[in-house]
Amino acid sequence: MTAGHYGPYGGRFVPEALTAALDELDAAFRVAKDDAEFQAELRDLEHNYTGRPNPLTFAKRFSEHCGGARVYLKREDLNHTGSHKINNVLGQALLTKRMGKTRVIAETGAGQHGVATATAAALFGLDCTVYMGLEDTRRQALNVARMKLLGAEVIAVTAGSQTLKDAINEAMRDWVASVDSTHYVLGTVTGPAPFPEMVRYFHSVIGREAREQILKAEGRLPDAVVACVGGGSNAMGLFSGFIDDADVILRGYEAGGDGVETGRHASRFSGGSPGVLHGARTYVLQDEWGQTLPSHSISAGLDYPGVGPEHAWMHDTGRASYESITDAEAMEAFALLSRTEGIIPAIESAHGLAGAMRIGKELGPDAVIIVNLSGRGDKDVATAARWFDIDLGGTVASELSPEMREGR
Amino acid sequence: MTAHVATVFAKAAAENRAALIGYLPAGFPTPEISVRLINAMVDAGVDIIEVGLPYSDPLMDGPVIQQAVNEALAAGTTTDEVISVVRQITDAGATSVVMSYWNPIERYGVQKFAAALNAAGGSGVIAPDLSPEEGADWAAAAKAHDIDRIFMVAPSSTDARIAEIVTHASGFVYAASTMGVTGARTSVGGAASGLVARTRQFTALPIAVGLGVSTADQATEVAAYADGVIVGSAFVRRVLDADSASAAISAVGDLARELANGVRRL
Repeated sequence: MTAGHYGPYGGRFVPEALTAALDELDAAFRVAKDDAEFQAELRDLEHNYTGRPNPLTFAKRFSEHCGGARVYLKREDLNHTGSHKINNVLGQALLTKRMGKTRVIAETGAGQHGVATATAAALFGLDCTVYMGLEDTRRQALNVARMKLLGAEVIAVTAGSQTLKDAINEAMRDWVASVDSTHYVLGTVTGPAPFPEMVRYFHSVIGREAREQILKAEGRLPDAVVACVGGGSNAMGLFSGFIDDADVILRGYEAGGDGVETGRHASRFSGGSPGVLHGARTYVLQDEWGQTLPSHSISAGLDYPGVGPEHAWMHDTGRASYESITDAEAMEAFALLSRTEGIIPAIESAHGLAGAMRIGKELGPDAVIIVNLSGRGDKDVATAARWFDIDLGGTVASELSPEMREGR
Repeated sequence: MTAHVATVFAKAAAENRAALIGYLPAGFPTPEISVRLINAMVDAGVDIIEVGLPYSDPLMDGPVIQQAVNEALAAGTTTDEVISVVRQITDAGATSVVMSYWNPIERYGVQKFAAALNAAGGSGVIAPDLSPEEGADWAAAAKAHDIDRIFMVAPSSTDARIAEIVTHASGFVYAASTMGVTGARTSVGGAASGLVARTRQFTALPIAVGLGVSTADQATEVAAYADGVIVGSAFVRRVLDADSASAAISAVGDLARELANGVRRL
């Protein structure tokens, strides 16, 4: 298998104008991986800026809804900026400095990667432009405001479906014209080589920590590690810690939207086929002519028609398996975690939680499961309020019955 | 049987001028009108037609071509329709190549696509997101069906990279004038002449310059150092700006005549 390929998947399908920049990035990444100074800088940032290691929390009350399996949450939601995305961004920002570039660009769906990139740009004094589909800027208005507060320029993309796919197209167009001064901080384990390998590498800290923590807590490896899969970076980060442990089940949960049978979903493995999108060969939602089909999900971060090529390869080899979680199942898990553990998860992560509920029932009460709680749900409060039809006003005291007012 | 691109370049060289290559997407604004537009380009002196295969994610294209391919897709243009447009160009006696992002060709089947294109009289394929490294299957299929493999070089390509790319190329080499996406520019990048000179060190193939060329003066400027001049967005712009099919056909013909004069004005 040649570098950058995972079986038939991965590779580098980009305009020639980007080849030199990808070669430069690849070289800088390989030097940095073996450079003690780079590693020390990255570890220092992870520890003192991101707040790593984050905990592995045993979710006792949530576990009761998972067939009695013991479910642990890897708390990426507690990272600075509120999701796993910061792990990758700090690594790439360090590489940007090393390559002598002064500007970063990024695509974002839910806004978490955009916020993380804007954060790192502020920290390192880099100019920052974030591309975000217009539809997503509406769904995730809070994150748009955060990026702007951090000093980034946010460009709402009006082309195509106005979501993550189109934001990537626009970021690529920017990059082709600006590549001398600009690094494209791609936010997930897809795109042209070396991005899938490099982004996995920067997220592998998730799996490393989780492995050590579960061995300490349970004295053994878990039966299954599960995560939501959009592009698949949080899953790849967690899986990487267990990939060589053949007995550990690796399971990814794709967005099922309204249900795979409705055609309105983002389930590439059950509803897509191998193709080339955004620089890599992988599973893609496409029609019979190879035109990309729009994806659908309540979760902006999973609303993407492609998936990381290493996931595609693990799917084909059977090392990992992938299932769909509908919007309704994800929102049920969202509410359940909030009420049983006092943790409001990102809707993306709620797909992994719904998966834990499903696989827990399959594996039974002795099972140990780790689910990646990849992000926190603050950004999703408005979406959740609409879903659950929550009245955003407080209950007015004078409207309470006399008994309640008196606390009876 | 229409002339292969090599023959067209040789004929232009014999006339001591650069070849003129004009791009329009098949199916834009509809399949039927796109053929009439292309015929107008041929009649007005375009030597090679670059037929665009509309794709949902044209990440190397600027807003003008994006709009055109969106219209073509909305009109229901499929890969079979593109092949049909190529056949009609062939029937009109002109030489054509297809410009397509890679996924539609892979989805169609590389062997099947190469065979269908050959049967329709198409001469070559430009796939801007397919590198020689990823293109081994394509090279075999294209060779088997006598389809030219037109690869791009860019200002950022190193000499070593150019030397490698041209060993995989046939027909001609597409030199991207600037670092950027398609679209008219007020000046063709200064990097273009240097890139053509660097590429010539490694190949005897004709070299055509594209990206940003839109006027007769720019065509003249590029024709001074390149073997071919490629114009795309400017043709699309004329169609988008026209208020009827007949106005679009006459506007495209006018531009083609200006550019054809441009490549002859030395």
